[in-house]
Amino acid sequence: MKRYSVLAIAREALRGHLGWDRAWASPAPRAHYDVVIVGAGGHGLATAYYLGKNHGIRNVAIVEKGWLGGGNTGRNTTIIRSNYLQDPSAAIYEKSRSLYETLSQELNYNVMFSPRGVMMLAQTQHEVRGYQRTAHANALQGVATAYIGPQKVKELCPIIHIDGPRYPVLGALWQPRGGTARHDAVAWGYARACSDMGMDIIQQCEVTAVRQSQGRVTGISTTKGDIACDKLGIVVAGHSGELARMAGFRLPVESLALQALVSEPIKPCMDVVVMANTVHGYMSQSDKGEMVIGGGTDGFNNFTQRGSFHHIEETVRALIETFPMLSRLKMLRQWGGIVDMTGDRSPIISPTPLGNCFINCGWGTGGFKAIPGSGWAMADLMARGTPGPLAAAFGLDRFRAGRFIDESVAAGVAH
Amino acid sequence: MSTRLATGGRLIDRARAVDFTFNGKTLRGFAGDTLASALLANDQMMIGRSFKYHRPRGVVASGAEEPNGLVNLGLGPAFEPNARVTTTALFGGLTAESQNHWPSLEFDIGAINSAFARFLPAGFYYKMFIHPRSFWKHIYEPFIRQSAGLGRAPKNRDADSYEHFHAHVDVLVVGGGIAGLQAALSAARTGAEVLLIEQTAHWGGRAAVDDPVIDGTPAAYWIKTTLQTLESMPNVRLRNHMMGAGLYDHGYALAHERLTDHAPATPGPRHRLWRIRAGRIITATGAIERPLSFAGNDVPGVLLASALRDYIVNYGVSAGDRTVVVTNNDDAYRTAIALVQAGLIVPAILDARPQADGPLVRQARDLGIRVEQGRGIAKVQGRRRVTGVAICAQAGEGAVLEEISCDAVAMSGGWSPVVHLWSHCGGKLIWDEEQAMFRPDATRPPLGADGQGFVQVVGAANGHLRTGAVLADAADAADAAVLADAADAAGGEAPVAQDAEETPMAPVWLMPQGASLKLRQKMWLDFQNDVKVSDVQLAAREGYESVEHAKRYTTLGMATDQGKLSNINGLAVLSSALNTPIPQVGTTTFRPPYTPISMGAIGGAARDALFQPLRRTPLQDWHEAHGATFEPVGQWRRPYAYPRAGESTHDAVIREVKNTRQAIGLLDASTLGKLIVKGPDAGRFLDMLYTNVMSSLPVGRCRYGLMCSDNGFLIDDGVVARLSDDTWLCHTTTGGADRIHAHMEDWLQCEWWEWQVYVANVTEQFAQIAVVGPKARALLEKLGGVDVSKAALPFMHWAEGTLAGIPARIFRISFSGELSYEVAVAAGQGRALWDRLVAEGAALGAMPYGTEALHVMRAEKGYIMIGDETDGTVIPQDLGLDWAISKKKADYLGKRAQERSHMADPERWTLVGLETVDGAVIPDGAYAVGDGVNANGQRVTIGRVTSTYYSPTLGRGIAMGLVLRGPQRMGEVIDIPRLDGSIIKARIVDPVVYDKAGERLDG
Ligand SMILES: Cc1cc2nc3c(=O)[nH]c(=O)nc-3n(C[C@H](O)[C@H](O)[C@H](O)COP(=O)(O)OP(=O)(O)OC[C@H]3O[C@@H](n4cnc5c(N)ncnc54)[C@H](O)[C@@H]3O)c2cc1C
Repeated sequence: MKRYSVLAIAREALRGHLGWDRAWASPAPRAHYDVVIVGAGGHGLATAYYLGKNHGIRNVAIVEKGWLGGGNTGRNTTIIRSNYLQDPSAAIYEKSRSLYETLSQELNYNVMFSPRGVMMLAQTQHEVRGYQRTAHANALQGVATAYIGPQKVKELCPIIHIDGPRYPVLGALWQPRGGTARHDAVAWGYARACSDMGMDIIQQCEVTAVRQSQGRVTGISTTKGDIACDKLGIVVAGHSGELARMAGFRLPVESLALQALVSEPIKPCMDVVVMANTVHGYMSQSDKGEMVIGGGTDGFNNFTQRGSFHHIEETVRALIETFPMLSRLKMLRQWGGIVDMTGDRSPIISPTPLGNCFINCGWGTGGFKAIPGSGWAMADLMARGTPGPLAAAFGLDRFRAGRFIDESVAAGVAH
Repeated sequence: MSTRLATGGRLIDRARAVDFTFNGKTLRGFAGDTLASALLANDQMMIGRSFKYHRPRGVVASGAEEPNGLVNLGLGPAFEPNARVTTTALFGGLTAESQNHWPSLEFDIGAINSAFARFLPAGFYYKMFIHPRSFWKHIYEPFIRQSAGLGRAPKNRDADSYEHFHAHVDVLVVGGGIAGLQAALSAARTGAEVLLIEQTAHWGGRAAVDDPVIDGTPAAYWIKTTLQTLESMPNVRLRNHMMGAGLYDHGYALAHERLTDHAPATPGPRHRLWRIRAGRIITATGAIERPLSFAGNDVPGVLLASALRDYIVNYGVSAGDRTVVVTNNDDAYRTAIALVQAGLIVPAILDARPQADGPLVRQARDLGIRVEQGRGIAKVQGRRRVTGVAICAQAGEGAVLEEISCDAVAMSGGWSPVVHLWSHCGGKLIWDEEQAMFRPDATRPPLGADGQGFVQVVGAANGHLRTGAVLADAADAADAAVLADAADAAGGEAPVAQDAEETPMAPVWLMPQGASLKLRQKMWLDFQNDVKVSDVQLAAREGYESVEHAKRYTTLGMATDQGKLSNINGLAVLSSALNTPIPQVGTTTFRPPYTPISMGAIGGAARDALFQPLRRTPLQDWHEAHGATFEPVGQWRRPYAYPRAGESTHDAVIREVKNTRQAIGLLDASTLGKLIVKGPDAGRFLDMLYTNVMSSLPVGRCRYGLMCSDNGFLIDDGVVARLSDDTWLCHTTTGGADRIHAHMEDWLQCEWWEWQVYVANVTEQFAQIAVVGPKARALLEKLGGVDVSKAALPFMHWAEGTLAGIPARIFRISFSGELSYEVAVAAGQGRALWDRLVAEGAALGAMPYGTEALHVMRAEKGYIMIGDETDGTVIPQDLGLDWAISKKKADYLGKRAQERSHMADPERWTLVGLETVDGAVIPDGAYAVGDGVNANGQRVTIGRVTSTYYSPTLGRGIAMGLVLRGPQRMGEVIDIPRLDGSIIKARIVDPVVYDKAGERLDG
């Protein structure tokens, strides 16, 4: 595989860019793989990547019903942060964030990780106390955050209106090394690296059945035929319930539409990511100049990838309140994704009732930031058969034991 | 040059000159102009720079599809970036500035990108800027951000207002061309309620420009009379300046009306967002002409053929003196004919088809226009303005046959139906081979709740490009659209128009067909985002084969025009690069809105003070007048404290606490949730909701209760009073009132629907005032009317009576540990009661207190606060509240959950008091640490602080917290780090630090 560099670009420029390799191959499925991963979203691809990278398992297929990265990985608002409250969450999200720091170099693909800083506004006394608590927790967890006052908020983000009539900004939880990355590039970079290790990424291939015998998975049936495997990883986000049904077990997961929108591009005016949970919305500015905006989920289950417009209204209203200049911009595009929500709003990285089948899901509204860390932990689980410390708390058994990892404590919206 | 012609222009009023400025220059147009036509009339062809290469850009289109003509419009609070010149009506005093360049439009440093274009192909940024790592944040990204973006960021607050409208109609027709007019007419004749909307200021669409013959009269006449008929019908509403923005499930449509953009001085809202529920939706949104891909097709002066015609016919504006027409269909001949008829020169029509011989072709020839068939453009000459074209054979590789000097090019690559709205909500498309276009597949429409299609597409949007077919289609569809039983009554004959013969178009995706790489690197697909034919081919070569991958990799179609001109051309290039037929490659998803709509309109009127409903207690005015500082709690604003002159908020809190403990404090408790639960099954219902037994509560008594989620976590608490045999009054927390009401309804409606229980939220029906402190009884006795003695009204009882002449319910409950009465009166009499309490209380030392004093006092008593001691992960057992959990009940919400292994684990964090060794106040949110680190390298924690205050009563910091096996470790000293790393030593103590015996409760 040709490496990407300024030099390579210069060389190719002279011959009309005719010499670039394919970023990934599009092979037909083989009859058997050591490991099959269902779902070529960020989490599925990262799982495959770390299986190869950390555990030397390379006879791997990643099976995708549409186009790789076309699920929530390609639809999200790309906020990356690790200022979570509960220890297990902070551990995996910080692991993930730290992997993002060097991901472009690791993959030789610029994923544009931009640690521009994430602030979560405190607009009620309750939030003030909540974020002070998170700051204390983060200090002990090794996550660099700070609680800052309103003047500092204004300094970091001049377009913010800090003394609005209803919910003046009282302070914020600030994570200077949080930020954003380019979502497509994360999927594409991992895909390219997986393909380079000899793994097969099989797109336009929908899994229709999970074949099993004596409590173990033997393979899958797909729209491109049957594929046998020794181990199966299910990493399909909003469709996890479906896959679990095929495998014969149930998940405590609901699928809901979550929407986002962007404005038309404008010149840079906002250098940080701002989340405002009391009014319920968040915003950042993409490198292209679009204001990237998101809010809440629908109140009902759904698979259509279309949400209810009143959520867009509420979100925009909340953000006009926070950033009055927004009123004179225009919405360019809105869309939705189907997010997989667990009861405690924390993910599942877990063995399943089928001995050689593993599942990774439940990232809900906030799993983009987790892609590298989740892939790392899932690969570890699949390679060794038992969860390591990063995944230990996220097993399915926690619902039976009542050992929830509830993050809604810290934030109404968890992106 | 582009200029205003001496005559013509059906939409302008030459008697009314209008002055405006562009980049500081004052220019003149006419009333009726768009900003685009006025700029062209002033020879301002170049009006912006492209996104990536900063190439010179001029107008290419005449309507909503325009990708290039974007300006910074207006000043100060009326400023708007990225305003599209083709849809901006001209008005006196309009100010516009070109965008995306520095220092000026003519000399733009960013244009250096264009010189390096070959180093910046699609996706170059994924391959570059990888090393060194820190450069991305500090150097590369800031540079990219600065050169990207288009318009400036608005600086001022928006001075305009916006609003939302709702409409419910039988039939919504989107698009006011002849198809839309006819469809509306046919639908309206059946008696249906019809709303017809049109995005521009004018009716008739393309037919108004081309003026074909309809029913034997000029189209203009037909349009006029049809409009008059529609206007006269009571069941029809017509709106122009209103764009159908999006279609959603179940017949929900969104439209965006621009009320004052064309006349900013008009009072009233600027934009209006319409939320429309329609039984049937007919989209008659027309078609958009496609550009052709030839080298230099992005040079200012190259326009769509139809746009050139629009400028001539509508505004009397010519884009150039000498216009070469290049086409693959007959329609562009109309432009050539219109140009010649306007006295302009058409040096040649280059028709890529080997043969074409319809009436339009003959007419052009008869006018003396040179028609070259099988020919195309090898290359456009000129940089900031077209200076000529090089001609080549379409079938060849681009060898130049001849050069023709010209200053404009009119191109036409065929037409694409506007299928956006149809597709927003799941309508499917089919590929029409003959016309080389995607059109709606009527057999796979968006489905409504009844499983039936609810959208129909008519006219050009449905793939009919000729007048006669358009009208017939519209009349038919509208008949079918209206309810089946009305079909007989359906309306009138369809109008007739004769469609002259035309030679079929021939798809041309590359010009010339065998163009070299060098040429393909100069063929633009997406003008705004700078995506070229070579970019899409590169994407395909690199494996970005899915249409979505190719789009995202190249950014094709992701600019502010959302690919209205580029999508199909790009798709065709991708399809041929992949050697896959177009329909198998498929389209990208169409997403609302059709064209960008203002955030202001989406937000509507709810901003600033109206942002959210402000809930006011009956005493709010008094609090405001008496210097309260407020904190938002839900949608209420509760007094936090009442600082006096010279007092800090902290001082005020201390004073309020001391005064309440020593004399009397008055608290506005009206925000407390009050839910009436009534009915034969109410007792049984409450026994399920609360952890203890409420059915056994005698009338006249109060009981403290806890509510848990089905997962066992404590979600709310409060005092329940039994009002009568079948009626209970449940107090909830302020923040919990609506949530708990919904929780109750959820269980009643989804699980226990057969139980006879009615719940009413009466929170706002009552004012509730807490009269607290050792002299509370004396004050109430002073007011008189109710026996509030210890014997008549013991703790946890309530009584009804007339207090100070006001009917009242008085509860003997306490959240402070002091003697305390909560008096509830009808909301309308709350202020009267408060005023009496303040007046009569003065002599006894009564003062109001706010939420912070309330918190301090409850913490001194070790009372828990929902949201402080609880956070959604805490069960009542953690808080030592076992006494409030019935052991006898077979079930209550949360019971089963609380039996799960982790919940029943003795190793849980449990509530204790924390007394700092040195009396300091522990910071909010601090944790207690144990030894070492866990498996993930995180410091081990053994507890956390849930409430922490300075206690004025004890003169030192007090706190409560949840600590691992806390109650078993009384007296132990634990370490609590501050954020700076310093350690606070705190002793584990009983949470009740004041009046442990509870002697003060009775006064
Ligand atoms: C609007 C929105 C905004 C968001 N914002 C953020 C944010 O700011 N920050 C953040 O961290 N997170 C955010 N998220 C969440 C984040 O996008 C997801 O948690 C994350 O991308 C999930 O990745 P994934 O790989 O698990 O799922 P996906 O990317 O959805 O991948 C799952 C894949 O499985 C495939 N699949 C499904 N069924 C089958 C089958 N039967 N056979 C084969 N393949 C199948 C799907 O096609 C899909 O490609 C947001 C989500 C949305 C929708």
